[in-house]
Amino acid sequence: MQALEFKNVNFSYGAQSDFSLNNVNFSVEEGELVAVLGHNGSGKSTLARLCNGLLKLKSGTIHVFGMDASEDKNTFAIRQSVGVVFQNPDNQMVASTVEDDVAFGPENIGVERKEIGERIDFALRAVGMEKYRHATPARLSGGQKQRIAIAGVLAIKPRILILDESTAMLDPKGRKEIMDVVLKLNKEEKITVLLITHFMEEALQADRAIVMNKGEIVMQGTPQEIFSRSEELECYGLTLPPVGYICKGLQASGVSVGDCLKVQELAEEIERCASRQNI
Amino acid sequence: MLKDVTFGQYYPVKSFVHNCDPRIKILFLIGFIVAVFLASNFYGLALCAAVLVIGILCSRVPVQSILRSIKGILFLLAFTAILNLFFYAGETTVVIGEIPLQWGVVNITYEGIYFMLFLMFRLFMLILSSSLLTLTTTPVNLTDGIESLLTPLKWLRFPVHVLALVMSIALRMIPSLMDETDRIMNAQKARGTDFEHGNIFKRVKAIVPILIPLLIGAMRRAEELGDAMDARCYTGSENRTKYKKLTFTWRDLIVFLLCAALIAGVVLCNVYLGSIL
Repeated sequence: MQALEFKNVNFSYGAQSDFSLNNVNFSVEEGELVAVLGHNGSGKSTLARLCNGLLKLKSGTIHVFGMDASEDKNTFAIRQSVGVVFQNPDNQMVASTVEDDVAFGPENIGVERKEIGERIDFALRAVGMEKYRHATPARLSGGQKQRIAIAGVLAIKPRILILDESTAMLDPKGRKEIMDVVLKLNKEEKITVLLITHFMEEALQADRAIVMNKGEIVMQGTPQEIFSRSEELECYGLTLPPVGYICKGLQASGVSVGDCLKVQELAEEIERCASRQNI
Repeated sequence: MLKDVTFGQYYPVKSFVHNCDPRIKILFLIGFIVAVFLASNFYGLALCAAVLVIGILCSRVPVQSILRSIKGILFLLAFTAILNLFFYAGETTVVIGEIPLQWGVVNITYEGIYFMLFLMFRLFMLILSSSLLTLTTTPVNLTDGIESLLTPLKWLRFPVHVLALVMSIALRMIPSLMDETDRIMNAQKARGTDFEHGNIFKRVKAIVPILIPLLIGAMRRAEELGDAMDARCYTGSENRTKYKKLTFTWRDLIVFLLCAALIAGVVLCNVYLGSIL
């Protein structure tokens, strides 16, 4: 089943604004992990806000599990099935303790007390924060706070998780924590993930990647396909993941390594080159 | 369970008073204040003081922390004391040696001294009892208690749960805003703003470049938080459930009985032991 379907979607915040969408078409299958790439102002965050009715589209249609997002009567049901984690962890916390914050979503949809308790257990375990149930968010690190934000969304039991640049404000350690949690949720809980990011190495872990530029989808395909077209990527203000960048550098200076994107691949390539030279 | 709190004067130990239901503590405070105001002689006040001392002992909060709350109102205390001492319309003027302490409108009388002591005693107990509440109750619990006590207002269509949410978000945002203030102050210091020197007007003026970015930041936060709450299905409807539930225990019954006994005792003192007012 299609989790998310955009058909001829147009949107603008007003005549003067850059952050608009221009005839966007794409769909996400249930269980997929799709990365959306693009530099600032490419319209990638607008996608997230359109999906759960925070913004209303001007023309075209968006379907979330078959529900039309433009109809107000669907908004509540759509928000239950689409969980969005935003950029700044500090501005997503409602309560002064982790437990109360995670409870906020289930409280809103009217879940019984006993079940809220179970959902908090589940959500905190899923993000590996069960030890911090009674802690104060203010005392946690950025990565931990963002994991709590994910737990807060998970407690609503969404079927799609949208991460709207959720790692942008984190340090490398925090980013890795979040990616590990997201991959685990995608694999184990079968939650569909839309990963909006400008970190290329995060996109590598996706099943599919979409590149946006000036409100249009300009590239689509597996991460490997997309990163094999590095010149094109550069036109849209994006670069290769670090390893890919090193590869290009090596090739330019005459080392005959093949194209690779992951550290492991590059290590094997270099080993291969080295052994060939020895012979 | 000891909760982590980052601000306020909450004193984290385990005690009888800490474990009481916040609602009963708020009600007890109200009852206590009523008793303190009802008392019209020192016997009544002494009864209140005895209850307060028991409360402080049962809370395991060090006496110094409780007395610290007096500091803030020292000026107010001194001011009312002097006003009452000099201007109370009593009859017997105090005479030291041969000189009656009376100059124009200033007239120090025995009744004035008596009344001043009475008033000090009263104010003292009001402050101590309310700081005992905030020292033994986390802000979160306090908010829950207030929300629960205001529930009857729902019948008057007063949006109790909205008020409670606003209070809890305000509590939650205080540490974030403190951090931000710190950041902005450092940024402004780096640009050469001087917060520590100059007269009062100069210093007040130096605060403006902190307040404006802070305000704008707070608005941006509010907008983002609003989006995040919308995304988490908040609709402000009455159908919300509540995860945390406050429950009365045997402790609360004891506190309730103590409060009733105190008010009754004070009334009896008033009736049988005369009044000084």
